[in-house]
Amino acid sequence: MKKNKQKPDRELVDRSFLARIEPYLYLLPFFLGIAVFTLYPVVNVVLMSFKEDYSYLTREFSQWGLANYDKVLSDPKFAQAVGNTLKYVLLVVPISTLISVIVANLLNQKLRFSALFQTAYFLPMVTSVTAVGLAWKLMYNKNFGIINYILSFFGIDKIPWLENAAWSIPSLVIFGVWNILPFTIILLLSGLQNIDPQYYTAARVDGSGSLRIFLRITVPLLAPTIFLVCIVNTISCFKVFSELYPLFNGKPGPFYNLYTVVYYIRYAMMENRKYGVAAAAAIVLFGFIFVFTMIQRVVQSWMSARKR
Amino acid sequence: MRVVLDHVTKRFADVTAVSEFSATLEDGELVSLLGPSGCGKSTLLNMLSGILPVSGGRIYFDDQDVTGMPPEKRGIGLVFQNYALYPHMTVMGNICFPLETQRVPKAERIERANEIARLVHVDMLMNRKPSELSGGQQQRVAIARALVKNPRLLLLDEPLSNLDARLRLEMREEIRRIQQRTGVTTIFVTHDQEEALSISDRIVLMKAGVLQQNDLPQSLYNEPANQFVADFLGNPPINNLPGTVEDGAFVAADGKARCALPMLAGVENGRNVNLSVRSESFVLDENGPMACEVTRVYQMGKEEMAYLTFGGTDFRAYIDSEEGLRKGDAVRLSLKRRGVFLFDRETGERIR
Repeated sequence: MKKNKQKPDRELVDRSFLARIEPYLYLLPFFLGIAVFTLYPVVNVVLMSFKEDYSYLTREFSQWGLANYDKVLSDPKFAQAVGNTLKYVLLVVPISTLISVIVANLLNQKLRFSALFQTAYFLPMVTSVTAVGLAWKLMYNKNFGIINYILSFFGIDKIPWLENAAWSIPSLVIFGVWNILPFTIILLLSGLQNIDPQYYTAARVDGSGSLRIFLRITVPLLAPTIFLVCIVNTISCFKVFSELYPLFNGKPGPFYNLYTVVYYIRYAMMENRKYGVAAAAAIVLFGFIFVFTMIQRVVQSWMSARKR
Repeated sequence: MRVVLDHVTKRFADVTAVSEFSATLEDGELVSLLGPSGCGKSTLLNMLSGILPVSGGRIYFDDQDVTGMPPEKRGIGLVFQNYALYPHMTVMGNICFPLETQRVPKAERIERANEIARLVHVDMLMNRKPSELSGGQQQRVAIARALVKNPRLLLLDEPLSNLDARLRLEMREEIRRIQQRTGVTTIFVTHDQEEALSISDRIVLMKAGVLQQNDLPQSLYNEPANQFVADFLGNPPINNLPGTVEDGAFVAADGKARCALPMLAGVENGRNVNLSVRSESFVLDENGPMACEVTRVYQMGKEEMAYLTFGGTDFRAYIDSEEGLRKGDAVRLSLKRRGVFLFDRETGERIR
């Protein structure tokens, strides 16, 4: 009797110990990947940004200090990069969000061929930015590009999309918006599909037209998703690089006028071999993204508090 | 407002949801649209509201033909099954919303919202969000929102089905009270016969898109037009004894048990019928025409529910418990005049 009683008890202890570590075993492979390819580099970048005269090959540095930050913040090229990046973020995020809200609403209607439209809008998601960037480069071509060809029907003269410093920002922004739309639309569409269609019916019976329903019912109910989209897109727009690279043959704009922060980081690292400076610039970029995300979160919580 | 439905029909791709439906609902009445789920009652309601276009027939509000009129022009208030309160607005915002679209000035909006909120007893909840309300309170707000624009017609789509049993009782009294205070013509969709019987002035019973009977609640119970109506109303359900008619007598399914009934006098021989009897319409009677056997007895207080068998068919009857029936007793029953009907077994039509 006693033996029988003890045995299951011990089994119970053993099993609960196994049960306790089992989930961690499942997580381990993924965690190893994260640790090697994300956590270690992140820590390393932070450290590297404080190492002065750091050599990547010998891993030697003269001393700990803020010299890298000093170089970054006093470099006019970096100031230009920050300016361009801010312009890009402040143009692409609102424009793409606005277009996406409208397109997602259209896709959410029960239209004929809506599956076809959805495929067409989501196609850019499965394409490579660089490959598509080359296609856009052809479309932007001043003399043979389809964009100028179409504009010629409206009596618009040939626009030097990629050849002129003033036009290079709009060209980049248009491509950037197009590139970011599918993901934004998917998020907003899933947000829209979570809205009970009865609210629309109720509002219609109450005499509301489409515009009022959109502004008073759809947009407020979609607001959490819109904020999510803004935050995700802000983060990704701050990191603009792969949109830029193919458009201008790997140059940052026709006259090296379109440095962005990530382009600056690459430039400091690949061309100048100043790894410490690149690391410091990356940390500054992180600071920008952090501040912007915080501002958005504060605005969001302020707005949802005001609505109550 | 008087509502006239004239041969209203709704066809979806290959189903006819509502077929040739004609009825007149008088001004100020509370009418229940009753039927099993899938019988087309919600479809009919949506056609009345204008959300669904009709496939055929006309709808009139008083003398006005509203068949092709969009919902917002019809002057209706609609209460949804799950209330559909706007989750991002307060109770005040929800009630005011219909007035906003009518461009009523803000001060008047608030005044009218407060007035209607007092009527439905939510005036102390005006600053809450719908998620902070109980089911019954949400229901009241939904009714207030439907009523605030002074609709000509109030439509309620299964409004009590999301509430628990106690609240359901309370809210059905409330709906009756609010309807009588405002005098608005009201159509109430339900699949619950008890709900319909307790609050309606009139019940419209539907089956598979076809009107079965449009009558006063007590007439529906006491004078069902056909087998379906008799089966649908009443708890416990009506007893159906299948058999045939022979020389003014009912012959049960086993071909042996028979009983002579005066109501069978004019019915032709050999007709397949159901003798349908409400459980309360049996009387113990030594000289009664039905010889039955008791199979079970349940005590239910003052009365007993006896399970009996007649000619191979089981049925339930309420019997006075003083009679002290036991399982296996052989008894004779006679039938009351009320609650006894004869239906054609093929067509379900009532034989009078």
